[in-house]
Amino acid sequence: MTTIARSAQRVVSVGRSQGMGALFLAIGAAILVLFGRGLEAGQKAKFGLNPGFKSQAIPIPDLELPVQPTIYALGLLILALGAWQLIRGFRSADAVLGIVAICFVFAFLTWSARGKSFNLVGMLGSSLVRATPIALAALCGVMCERSGVVNIGIEGIMLMSAQAAVVSATVTKNLWVGLAAAMLAGALVSLVHAAMAVSFRVDQIVSATAINIFGAGATSFVAARFLEKNVNGLNNSGTFPVIPIPVLSRIPILGPIFFETGIIVYLMLFLTLAVHILLFNTSWGLRTRAVGEHPRAADTLGINVYLMRYVSVILGGVIAGIGGAYFTIGSVGRFDEIMTAGKGFIGLAAMIFGNWTPFGAFASSLIFGFADSLQIKLQILRTPIPSEFLLMAPYIVTMIVLAGVVGRAIPPAADGVPYEKE
Amino acid sequence: MDQESVAMDSAPATTSEEQAPKEARQRLQALAPAARSLAVPVLAVFTGLVIGAIVIAVTDPVVIAAYRQFFRAPAAALSATWRAVSTAYGALFSGSLGSPRQVYQAIQSYASTGDKALLLQAIYPITESLVASMPYIFSGLAVAVGFRCGLFNIGVEGQLGIGALAAAYVGYSIVGANRLVHLPLAIAAGAIGGAFWAAIPGYLKAKTGAHEVVNTMMMNYIAFRLSDWLLNGPMKAPGYRPITPVVEPSAALPRFFPPPLRFNAGFFLALAMAALVYWFLFKTTLGFEIRTVGANPHAARYAGMSVTRNFVLAMVLSGGLAGLAGASQVLGVNLWVGQGFTAGYGFDAIALALLGKSHPLGVVLASLLFGVLRSGATRMQSLAGIPVDIISIIQGLVILFIAAPAIIRWLYRIRVERAEEVVLTRGWGA
Repeated sequence: MTTIARSAQRVVSVGRSQGMGALFLAIGAAILVLFGRGLEAGQKAKFGLNPGFKSQAIPIPDLELPVQPTIYALGLLILALGAWQLIRGFRSADAVLGIVAICFVFAFLTWSARGKSFNLVGMLGSSLVRATPIALAALCGVMCERSGVVNIGIEGIMLMSAQAAVVSATVTKNLWVGLAAAMLAGALVSLVHAAMAVSFRVDQIVSATAINIFGAGATSFVAARFLEKNVNGLNNSGTFPVIPIPVLSRIPILGPIFFETGIIVYLMLFLTLAVHILLFNTSWGLRTRAVGEHPRAADTLGINVYLMRYVSVILGGVIAGIGGAYFTIGSVGRFDEIMTAGKGFIGLAAMIFGNWTPFGAFASSLIFGFADSLQIKLQILRTPIPSEFLLMAPYIVTMIVLAGVVGRAIPPAADGVPYEKE
Repeated sequence: MDQESVAMDSAPATTSEEQAPKEARQRLQALAPAARSLAVPVLAVFTGLVIGAIVIAVTDPVVIAAYRQFFRAPAAALSATWRAVSTAYGALFSGSLGSPRQVYQAIQSYASTGDKALLLQAIYPITESLVASMPYIFSGLAVAVGFRCGLFNIGVEGQLGIGALAAAYVGYSIVGANRLVHLPLAIAAGAIGGAFWAAIPGYLKAKTGAHEVVNTMMMNYIAFRLSDWLLNGPMKAPGYRPITPVVEPSAALPRFFPPPLRFNAGFFLALAMAALVYWFLFKTTLGFEIRTVGANPHAARYAGMSVTRNFVLAMVLSGGLAGLAGASQVLGVNLWVGQGFTAGYGFDAIALALLGKSHPLGVVLASLLFGVLRSGATRMQSLAGIPVDIISIIQGLVILFIAAPAIIRWLYRIRVERAEEVVLTRGWGA
């Protein structure tokens, strides 16, 4: 690299760091102006720390915060962080940005809940539940794309496995059969995508689009032709019960959120860890990532590129199948047309936002789930901000992340490139 | 057959008597590649329809019951299959094209009595198919322009919605204007709305390398939320339903027949736009640049073309066309915008562009076909009880077959052609 280029880079990074500082200052000022204005002194916001449902957790007193001091403190804290960033600069500005974002959200919550009570734990619990299908879709994406196959067909895969789950669970009267059927359906549909992407070397985005259109059409067709006429015999499975985990579920706050929930949420938490270990701590994972980064080199070393890609895409399909099962046997016990409502695509955004890592994907799914459940809560609290704008926020954030303004999303090098053996 | 004629033609023809047949053969030979390039799409549609027929048959309770008795009465089973499929596809095509006998009778009665009512009734199905294909032409062109530049615009759905809202706003908020001013203004608003919505991902792609598939997808969801908000708030018509007010008559595209026929000038606008896109892509320097960037961005850069500028330009054009799709649907057919207005046009458009091989003429033909399928499907649902979603199944299969022509070639034993394989998209990367 030439000196000119290097100095140019330094200028860019200085500009970025200053931009970040300015952003912090703006957020801090926004908190003070937007939320701090027109507050009545002595008003309090009550945050419920016990879940709304009958729980095993040890009850603890609710958190009651004075609104005005809290908002001023948060605003001033962010202003101070911004000033520090402008003058000295933090080593990891992105981490500070995360803290600033959390402070902003908390200030917003305090402001919305002023003079009212707001069940924080209940909302966090529902965030996790709402994040579940998104996280599973994102994990499917991580599996596929780490091996170099772009999969935007997760939406279609989830729809088909959702339907497979509810129908087989209703017919056999066994929810586990339903879950297995969903996993099998996910694997089969993914097999089609893998065959298209790997063997036929079809444009992967086009092939996945075909899967999405076909999935929406086929499930709606089956629903209209069979399920509507025989709801009790085909489309009424019941749902997995809430299973509290002994001891752990008694922990206040964390217990009701993580350890007193449905089987599919547990599966999602387990799979996040499993995929991480699989990809980053096993030789199989190393090979998969090699195939996704530089298939030619991997092939030279004797790794079967096609086989690795097939296996990854099909495993991803199994995970997406579990995500599909969430919609029916995991939450409502019946299939409705197009019930995934774009969660597969949001999962894809979560994967990118999480920089193609399982933990990152999980964390960003939580953000999407949080926005989703916050939006419902805010409608109850009658906040003057239209809930539609809150729902837009995750998409806008994804675009900002993708543009490289905050951090940089780097996909696997051979992502979406068909490999042709010489 | 094509192969043979090519082989024969390669032999040198010297005598003057052979001159005439040689010319004819040459003309045939010139047509041969066109015929061959049509083979895969036509066979893909055909195969899709065949599989659709199989789906209709195997999900029909009467057919299933007949097959239980197959070994006792095979003829009954086969005839039940035939009846199920022919009823369904018969309803599909009579619902979209009309029945020839009805048209014949209507013309006779018009000739003898001068009564136009029957004639209008007879042409109703086919005009509805044309109405249905109108937004398809625009949105298919939108995706095709993107493909030509190597961009996959998956956000036609959102751009279409924003275009429709913009057109509707101009359509209902200006009262008492002249049609010659108001209508073009409303159409332009639609195009600008769509172009703006696509320009953002286009700019981000050019500036930061962020992949347009993800960004257009995100823009779709932002557009859906925005339209939810607009339809429930600022743009809501008085009343309880979340819809916009009806556009003023001065902003509506003129219709050619009395109601219920909805055939309007938007269809001709769509055809004109297809011609314009053809001219732009294949006869202008800018179009050449866009196609070069699509074929090989590195070569384009070495030739001194600005890849980034062409990305933005192609996205803006693509979004503008998508916006026109929304505008034509609002101003020509619905006259107002409600929730779920976009109704999957974005994904259908991808199928159309693929089916039409990203060529404007191909897109128009594919759109006419899909218009026929979509408008006939409604009748098929009411007459034969086949859910309209069968069309999506067929559509998904057609895309798959077009994307993987190897399947079609294998099925029908077509020899591999040395055609250019168009690169449609590239990975997420920078």
